[in-house]
Amino acid sequence: MPGLIFKRFLSAIPTLLVLVTAAFFLMRAVPGGPFAGERNLPPQVEQNLLAAYHLDESLGRQYLRYLVNLCKGDLGPSFQYPDYDVAELIAAGLPYSLQLGGLAFLLALALGIPAGVVAARRANTWVDASIMGVSLVGISVPNFVVAPLLVLVFAIYLDWLPAMAVEAGSGMGLRNMVLPVIALALPQIAYIARITRSSMLEVLSAGFITMARARGLSSRRVLWGHALRPALLPVVSYVGPAAAALLTGSVVVETIFGIPGIGRYFVQGAVNRDYTLVMGVVVFYGVLVIAFNLVVDIGYRLIDPRLRRA
Amino acid sequence: MSTTPVAVTHWRAALARLAENRAAMAAAVVLVLVCLAVLVGPWLVSATSQAVDWDQISTPPSLHNGHLLGTDANGRDLLARMLMGGRISLAVGLLATLVSVLIGVIYGATAGYLGGRVDQLMMRAVDVLYALPFLFLVILLTVYFGRHIMLIFLAIGAINWLDMSRIVRGQAMSLKRQEFVLAAQATGVSSAGILLRHILPNLTGIVVVYATLTVPQVILAESFLSFLGLGVQEPLTSWGSLISEGAREMENAPWMLVYPGLVLGLTLLCLNFLGDGLRDALDPMRDDRRDGT
Amino acid sequence: MSATGPVLQVTGLQVSYGPVHRSTDAVRGLDFELYAGEVLAVVGESGSGKSQTALALLGLLGPGARRRGRMLLEGKSLDELDEAGWTRVRGRRIGLVSQDPGQALNPYLSIGKQMLEMLRWHQGLGGVKAREQAESMLRAVGLTDAPSVLGKYPHELSGGMQQRAVMALALLGEPVVLVADEPTTALDVTTQSQVLALIASLARQSGTAVLLITHDLAVVRGVADRVLVMYGGRVLEQGRTDELFAAAGHPYTAGLIACAPGLTSTPGSLLPSLQGQAPGAGDWPQGCPFHPRCPRRLEKCATSMPVLEQISTTHWRACFNPGSDL
Repeated sequence: MPGLIFKRFLSAIPTLLVLVTAAFFLMRAVPGGPFAGERNLPPQVEQNLLAAYHLDESLGRQYLRYLVNLCKGDLGPSFQYPDYDVAELIAAGLPYSLQLGGLAFLLALALGIPAGVVAARRANTWVDASIMGVSLVGISVPNFVVAPLLVLVFAIYLDWLPAMAVEAGSGMGLRNMVLPVIALALPQIAYIARITRSSMLEVLSAGFITMARARGLSSRRVLWGHALRPALLPVVSYVGPAAAALLTGSVVVETIFGIPGIGRYFVQGAVNRDYTLVMGVVVFYGVLVIAFNLVVDIGYRLIDPRLRRA
Repeated sequence: MSTTPVAVTHWRAALARLAENRAAMAAAVVLVLVCLAVLVGPWLVSATSQAVDWDQISTPPSLHNGHLLGTDANGRDLLARMLMGGRISLAVGLLATLVSVLIGVIYGATAGYLGGRVDQLMMRAVDVLYALPFLFLVILLTVYFGRHIMLIFLAIGAINWLDMSRIVRGQAMSLKRQEFVLAAQATGVSSAGILLRHILPNLTGIVVVYATLTVPQVILAESFLSFLGLGVQEPLTSWGSLISEGAREMENAPWMLVYPGLVLGLTLLCLNFLGDGLRDALDPMRDDRRDGT
Repeated sequence: MSATGPVLQVTGLQVSYGPVHRSTDAVRGLDFELYAGEVLAVVGESGSGKSQTALALLGLLGPGARRRGRMLLEGKSLDELDEAGWTRVRGRRIGLVSQDPGQALNPYLSIGKQMLEMLRWHQGLGGVKAREQAESMLRAVGLTDAPSVLGKYPHELSGGMQQRAVMALALLGEPVVLVADEPTTALDVTTQSQVLALIASLARQSGTAVLLITHDLAVVRGVADRVLVMYGGRVLEQGRTDELFAAAGHPYTAGLIACAPGLTSTPGSLLPSLQGQAPGAGDWPQGCPFHPRCPRRLEKCATSMPVLEQISTTHWRACFNPGSDL
């Protein structure tokens, strides 16, 4: 299997290159450059500044330098906060985003999979219809509608939970995380429930399931011991795009709940036209999504033994 | 989304099946109402979306003060703004979907029909593009090139064609093997001709289904951008911008959040219901049918 | 045949689908008895109702099925069983082997895991004892390299080995009846005879009663003690294998024997075939279901159904016009 990982990694490289190159040329396409906003600089100072940022070199050399820097993890300086590197900002926001996204993902799996299994088990009954109906609502209503509504109801009217995720002095406690994690997880719970249901229905009609029942195994044993494993394959597949969705969703949720994560930096950067920051986050997220797709591939092979050779 | 080809069925039978799906029919009715409302509504509502009612800033909804859904922090009538915003949201939704359908169908049909290495190359490109976090790239584009409405719907349309192209490709590949295509080839019709006259017309059903499912994704993307403050600029507004304002003012003026949020959620929900219904109607053999047939 | 009573007794079995006023009848009145240690072959073309019979015997008919008639296993009724009741019967008292071994085994679990699961479920065995039993069962079905097979996944085994594994799994619960639904159809000829020999030895040596469902008369001749010929959801003929092949009592059986390659024809001669095609399940004509294709049909065959009449102690047939030479 290490050979497999290596191969998958190699095939991810063209995608990375496309992403990174697009980001680079977009950066250069903006007229004016990073110092256009500054009041008229004396030509000598401007020349020195350009040299310091290597902006006076040919495009080709700049590109190579950019690639090398990327490999070293250097994403350039932030324009908003010139004292900080983009990489530093990302590193600062990462723990918050990780907590939020990780918990949301676990919640989505913990609620979505059983919901899908139940819906499949009781297919075409009211239980199934209501689970699927609710999940359709979960998918349709955007989380930037749900999140403020949650705050409105639970934080402002009922005052059960805090509205801001990070409170002075106590940091991001568990109580503070409840609303943001729920807001982020809701559409994922819905998607996973739907995928699990339809996949489970397909598996339950397979020959080996009937034969397992024919051997006298109880329905419950057949469901959890035989049907669940292959039924989870599409869910595993979904992990890749789900990771991307969680990242996207986190942008909204972090903004609304004031979580100092990468998503919020991204939005601020976008609004303030901090090109390097925005670009750096895009590259970072792109790498994450590619990494998750690799994890998905490995997961697939773990579940389905028929895929394990070559 | 599933990429299995949809069985080619008779239109009438499909429409009949759709009519039986009460949820989908209800959704369609609601959608028609919403469309009518945003098209005609702005002329019917007495206030306009820009007029500032200086006496009634941030007032809650009431039947008496002439502002059915209340006003915002600048004294503008919320209902009027929602109707105008609806125009933008729906227009972007439709136009971007059109763009994405156009690209997706042409790309997918060509790849599926030509097959072989061309297809492999084209689909490999799709795989590469799939892995990129598109919404972020769209944001990147808007940051760099400004927030013109044209750019926004072009960019959003350019994200969503991937799914459509995959579905269309699958369908084109199975159509390719049908007899009427072989007959056309045998009589010397060119590839382009076959694509235009034989393949594309038979794709209509499945394209309609996935276009209906694309519209909510696109509206969502535009609302998402607007919510973050990266969407359409003043004086234009969209539901996403309204929700964004509403979120900011929600402690004092919760109606500013609730009404636009409800309308957006409802519209997206109905679009998804309708799209699901269309998908079930056109391909009744799927394993995960929800109505027991 | 055993001197004690039948292990399995089926009377008037009917299976139908769909709304009552427009039902599709798959099985329209099946009676038979199965004794320990014998192989009873159920012969029929597709649509004759034989697979539905197999499912009915294991309580695996789909939710839309209506079953009538009586089924007695070792004297105890199977008719009123609920799902929990069936769970105690399946695998433990009646086992099933079906047509495609590739579909019958869970591709995601190793053979060993699936076997150990059975042992744990039915006999509460675990650990080393379970492994030993599993290995001995594998050897009993002819998979000599048992430890290695236990560790393999289904896709790593050949078709014949898979079918043997399926049989091993079916027998782990030590059932008294084994229903084998077209067990060799998906296999190549050499493997077919090996698997059939295995089935035959099961019956002889362990005393398992085998209900062998097939459309292949060559299979029947090689292995079955008695034969039951089905058509149109009904039994047309029933008797000992040697009796049947010597002198078929029903035109349909005679036709089947005549057009089975290798059984009666001489090489080089034209192979006769039965006229027409068997209709799909539920599309039965009035009267005798075979009459449209029967070379010996009479007027009354189209209007009334002949009943089974005994022509020797072990031979029954249902026909108005079997012919003097039959």
